[in-house]
Amino acid sequence: MTQTTKKETPLTLDVFTAGLWKENPVFVMMLGLCPVLAVTNSVLNSLAMGIASIFVLVCSNALVSALRNFIPKQVRITTYIIIIATFVTLVDYIIQAVSLDLYNKLGAFIQLIVVNCLILGRAEAYASKNSFTKSVVSAFGMGLGFTLALVMLGGVRELLGAGQLLGYQIFSTNFEPWVVMILPPGGFIVLGSWLLLINYLEQRKTGKLISQDEASHCAVQGTPS
Amino acid sequence: MSTPENQVPELPSSTKLITTLATVAMISGLLVVLVYEFTKPIIAENQRLATERAIFKVLPKAKSRLTFVVDQDKLVLANDKTIGELIYAGYDKQNKLVGIAINASAQGYQDTIKILYGYSSDNGCITGFDVLKSTETPGFGTKITSDEEFLANFKCLDAQVNVTQSKLANKIKTVRHGTKQHAWEIDAISGSTITSNAIGRMLNKSAQALHPVIARNLNILKQGQQ
Repeated sequence: MTQTTKKETPLTLDVFTAGLWKENPVFVMMLGLCPVLAVTNSVLNSLAMGIASIFVLVCSNALVSALRNFIPKQVRITTYIIIIATFVTLVDYIIQAVSLDLYNKLGAFIQLIVVNCLILGRAEAYASKNSFTKSVVSAFGMGLGFTLALVMLGGVRELLGAGQLLGYQIFSTNFEPWVVMILPPGGFIVLGSWLLLINYLEQRKTGKLISQDEASHCAVQGTPS
Repeated sequence: MSTPENQVPELPSSTKLITTLATVAMISGLLVVLVYEFTKPIIAENQRLATERAIFKVLPKAKSRLTFVVDQDKLVLANDKTIGELIYAGYDKQNKLVGIAINASAQGYQDTIKILYGYSSDNGCITGFDVLKSTETPGFGTKITSDEEFLANFKCLDAQVNVTQSKLANKIKTVRHGTKQHAWEIDAISGSTITSNAIGRMLNKSAQALHPVIARNLNILKQGQQ
């Protein structure tokens, strides 16, 4: 790194935890919703998608950060896409090597990690401006936050849609599965419900109306004062 | 770091842009090739195991198997890498033919469904199938592997060839739920008609093409390993 950054903030725990909850990519930033809605019909799929995303996010952000002073501004997006696509291809091969069943289940969504705006967004907004270590730590936090959100959706959808969790029967066989939950509309319903709950709790905690800025992200509007 | 809006960046020379992209592309290529070379044998092995598992699932009595390829109306011994219409013959401990596993595919509700089905040449029955590839709607099309009434069709689905060994004696077809009358009809799953129909079509297509060939070459299959 030839250029020393002027106002580089030190590495704190906050860099890591921001992505987990406060700036959760799904529930707060609303990034990467395509895989969130598409593959979360079971916990296992959610987990696999989350781990694949963590891998791509951490590796690509590490490389982007390492090369950040070397990449001219004019070709940065192209370069980021090449870097991200590389790691997605690697993940694609690795998942095929680990389990073909899993690969068949996740289908096209592995390749589609390339255009997941969470990864490109973090490369552009964070990794290209911060040191290597901070970028890696932040990417890992974001990845975990993304996985957490996926599993939260996947858990509810699998439980209600199949009466199972991780393939184990939770409800008795008399339970009639809510098929809608494992279909695409179920993704929207569960995501909306989680957002409703999270924003409601958030508001109760702060005890005041959410600011205009945050309101654009929220599913809840018009709260009793 | 400060935001770059306040300064107009100087346009770097084309050489710089090209070298950057070339370098990144080279790193990318190197990584992909390394991982590809490393995972290739593992993926091939996984695919072989998946085929193997499917074969022994549709032919539960089989202990060993041989692969044959259809070559101008003859069945020739082959291996899994041979290109062409492959069929898998399963044998028990005494090297007696217990069944034949055959690939079939057809357009389903969303995409092509691929299955491997078991055929018993002794009584001309299709005895079961395993789905190799399917993107059918969960809860509807995926019922073909779990719906007990549907699976009951495959205790013995009649697929025997006619006397002249030119085609099936009776065309396999899917009928509306609850109207099955003959052994060659498949009782559709109510609510999964498109997928049920696809199974009927693919079985009929594959059986019409291959069962006569199998019937004419049964001795080759029966000799097997000897």
